[in-house]
Amino acid sequence: MAKTETLNRRQLLTALLGCQVAGSVGCSTLRLPPAGELQHTRFDIGHLVRDGVAAELDFSAHEQVGVTIVGGGIAGLAAAWRLKRAGFDDFVLAELESKPGGTARGGSRNGVRFPWGAHYVPVPMAENESLIQLLTEMRVIESVADDGSPVVAEEFLCREPEERVYSDGSWHEGLYPGHGASEEDLKQLNAFRMEMDRWADMRDASGRRMFAIPMAMGSDDEVVRQLDQMSMKDWMNDQGWDSPRLHWLVDYSCRDDYGLPPERVSAWAGVFYFAARIVRSGMGSQEVITWPEGNGRIVNYLHDSVQENVRTGVGVFAVAGSQEAGPCRVAALDAKTGKQVGFRSEQVLFAAPQMMAKHVIEGFSESGRDVSGFQYGSWLVANVHVQDRPVDEGFPMAWDNVIRESRSLGYVTATHQLGVDHGPTVLTWYYPFADVEATITRKQMLQLGWADWAEVVLADLRLAHPGIDDLVSRIDIMCWGHAMIQPSPGFVWGPERRAAAEPLGAVHFAGTDLSGVALLEEAFFHGVRAAEEILAVRGIVDRPVDLTRKD
Amino acid sequence: MLAVATCGLIYELIAGTLASYLLGDSVTQFSLVIGVYLSALGVGAWFSQYLHQGLARTFIEVELALALVGGLSAPLLFVSFAFVQWFQLVLFGSVFVIGTLVGLELPLLMRILKEHLDFSDLVSRVLTFDYIGALLASLLFPILLVPYLGLMRTSLVFGVMNALVGLWGTYLLRPLLTNRGLSGLRGRAFLVVGVLVIGIIKADALTTWTEEIILGKSVVHARQTRFQRILVTNDRRGFQLYLNGHLQFNSTDEYRYHEALVHPVMLAAQQPKRILVLGGGDGLAVREILKHDSVETVTLVDIDPGMTEIATQFPLLRELNEQSLTHEKVTVVNTDAFVWVGKQHEPFDAVVIDFPDPGSYSVGKLYTTFFYRRLRQIMKPDALVSIQCTSPLVAGQSYWCILRTMEESGFHVRPYCTSVPTFGVWGFALAGLRAGIDVPPDLTRIEQELSYLNEEMISSLFELPRDIYPVETEVNQLNNQVLVRYYDEEWRGKD
Repeated sequence: MAKTETLNRRQLLTALLGCQVAGSVGCSTLRLPPAGELQHTRFDIGHLVRDGVAAELDFSAHEQVGVTIVGGGIAGLAAAWRLKRAGFDDFVLAELESKPGGTARGGSRNGVRFPWGAHYVPVPMAENESLIQLLTEMRVIESVADDGSPVVAEEFLCREPEERVYSDGSWHEGLYPGHGASEEDLKQLNAFRMEMDRWADMRDASGRRMFAIPMAMGSDDEVVRQLDQMSMKDWMNDQGWDSPRLHWLVDYSCRDDYGLPPERVSAWAGVFYFAARIVRSGMGSQEVITWPEGNGRIVNYLHDSVQENVRTGVGVFAVAGSQEAGPCRVAALDAKTGKQVGFRSEQVLFAAPQMMAKHVIEGFSESGRDVSGFQYGSWLVANVHVQDRPVDEGFPMAWDNVIRESRSLGYVTATHQLGVDHGPTVLTWYYPFADVEATITRKQMLQLGWADWAEVVLADLRLAHPGIDDLVSRIDIMCWGHAMIQPSPGFVWGPERRAAAEPLGAVHFAGTDLSGVALLEEAFFHGVRAAEEILAVRGIVDRPVDLTRKD
Repeated sequence: MLAVATCGLIYELIAGTLASYLLGDSVTQFSLVIGVYLSALGVGAWFSQYLHQGLARTFIEVELALALVGGLSAPLLFVSFAFVQWFQLVLFGSVFVIGTLVGLELPLLMRILKEHLDFSDLVSRVLTFDYIGALLASLLFPILLVPYLGLMRTSLVFGVMNALVGLWGTYLLRPLLTNRGLSGLRGRAFLVVGVLVIGIIKADALTTWTEEIILGKSVVHARQTRFQRILVTNDRRGFQLYLNGHLQFNSTDEYRYHEALVHPVMLAAQQPKRILVLGGGDGLAVREILKHDSVETVTLVDIDPGMTEIATQFPLLRELNEQSLTHEKVTVVNTDAFVWVGKQHEPFDAVVIDFPDPGSYSVGKLYTTFFYRRLRQIMKPDALVSIQCTSPLVAGQSYWCILRTMEESGFHVRPYCTSVPTFGVWGFALAGLRAGIDVPPDLTRIEQELSYLNEEMISSLFELPRDIYPVETEVNQLNNQVLVRYYDEEWRGKD
């Protein structure tokens, strides 16, 4: 490999893991697990669309269908589910990948289920009615208390022990590295928590929470909009907080939820992460709902309920005539056959990332819309199959296992929620390219092979589990090129984001990027909202259909 | 000659056995010990080429060194296990030294003897003795040595044997030895014999001393399974089983615990036929259950095959549980009960829960509302469950948390307790899906087989003294595991 074109292993490891780690593995003999594969999203087709080299449009053999949903991530699936619940069935959902779900997908191998991306949902608060409706249908929520707060079945609430952190040579309970913390560290941690409680309790003139999930239900008051003008790092410094442990906690949280370090995250998003999950002061963060396959459980439920309307392996590359009278013309490529397919629809529900919109929707840029502010971060997710649990110093294996001195986010244990504490399992390891994009471009990442990435994963895990190599039987790796919308300062409350959610002619938009933060709840909210817009346009009076599976 | 060959293998067997006892996983330990030993033989043989002068003297020195290192290997390993972190280093280090010395023996001997025998005869004789010696060692070791001498003494006795060979050599090989230093050599031989003999005399004291350091008792059996470390110890009065360092029973008074755990539920369930036992891999609860003629099947679910194996194969325990686990009515399932209960359909008449105390999250999950609700699904409407729930006197919060959790899961619960000298006041609960659990104090059918309970006692079990009255607690759920926290706080420093 020519050095000018690609990075060598040492450079790669240094860029991803830092000098210390790379130095420790760079000279050791390369030892890789016996099996595994590297998967990518269908960036090949995506890039064809972007580069405008798609096949010449042929709208002759189009199917007639009332609504076309473009994209089968949570937003598209939620929209489909919402249409179906209203008794409206005249739609198709076109998804480029062979499986729906986007970054919420899960997988399974040898009877073990594991996530490929998003893996939990905090228990929704009373105001998130549609999500409560969904989780009730799924029998995850058993009942609703008098105050409207949902009661979640025990088996879906994350089982204790929930989190542990590897710090100073052993594992400790919880996420905050409290081991060895000074009095000042703890004082600042407490001050930080009280500040988040304060934001959770605060209401604006209309009585809205300052931070709510979905964020559209929170306040747009000047107080919160000001936060968006600075980075989380600067905001922390403004508060006078300099505790390295507190900064680590916030750094971890920002990379975990947004794939960015605090210096590049809007302080609005940084505070939102904490404050939106607190019902009121003193109650702590909402508990989290999780499944062995992560949010893949929700994907599968939604998919099952609209299965006959979903076309997978179908990549939409053009939407024409959306601003004219008459139906929109949707052109797509069937990835399996390589043939062009298409739909004529009165409405299109565009539930793909905004970065695709200008390449796909005819007249998008001409309409004056600008979505160049929508920037997406990349992620690497690895499913590491182990024959047995590593023998650890300190606190036992938890659901979420974080290594303090690493730039990865650590791993979640796939069998944790099943109550299986012994024997083989799968560790789902997460790595956001939070601060490496300057040194490694997406293009360079695409040139790296399975062996390169497997070595990165193992080098990171060895920090906390020196003997992990002997236990690993397989590593499967997923490279998410455009995994997450980045809530950089100014983006969340900037004009572009809010304009992007407005319909463009017959095209209605959904997607978590419209909220500026990547969350299942936001994607779900926008999917439901866009579906309701279409129902309203079509004059369909909502006849809720009970989709609860009768089993 | 034969003695030399036998000693070599004996040291290796001692190291292998000790490693398996102390570290568990006998396949790995034996395999590693044999590998290190055999490769060290090669190292010794290779070294022998550099020895040119005074072969006879060197041979005797090697014998004496071997006598000392090999003879003291078992005491050394025992003591180092008690005191040092890097036990494996000591283990393999000593195996390597012994192997190297043994590896030197044969080449030296062959070169000494080559002046007196022709080559084919020499090779034939030396190797014959070596291989037959190995057979002798491998037969003696399990049949006579370990049962009658124990590891410590076997090691020392064979050390003495080695030293005597060396001493004898000073006479036999006298023509090949120079006068200079001969008495010194003999003196050293006597010294080595002396040290080892003192060792033999003091072996018991040494064993007791090290084991007392480790446990305060002597270890009869130890193994590390995938799930826990199992240790059987004994003292003058009886023997004890420990799991991960926590006492599970003492043979002197376990009958009190097990009769109290089993018979109330068996009486209250009115002639139960299908019985489920969760935990209890020692087979002692099953022993009590089998005293009831109504029983048709007993299913015992214990996560650890190592535990149920000990219960069926280890003589002391097999005798104590009256071979209950191999009884024709009994089926043993080795799996995590948490997962197992979710997969069953055929309901049971009575359930006995004998899990370890909730000292860790992986055990704590077996005391949650989630688990109890799943358990309900596999109980007949009239079925009852009895459960051991730690000491209500030491850990009141923990005890009442378990009962509160069962109530929250839809059970009607009756607390009871008894006294087990080894444990102190011990708590149990009897629970069912219907209110008004009645325990008919009718022991006529099994009276002959009981050592503790009588009819008057049955009802008094349920009378709670003032110091263990209920306290307020939270409910133990998978997502809070408050019980593990209570337990940790209440037992810290008291176990």
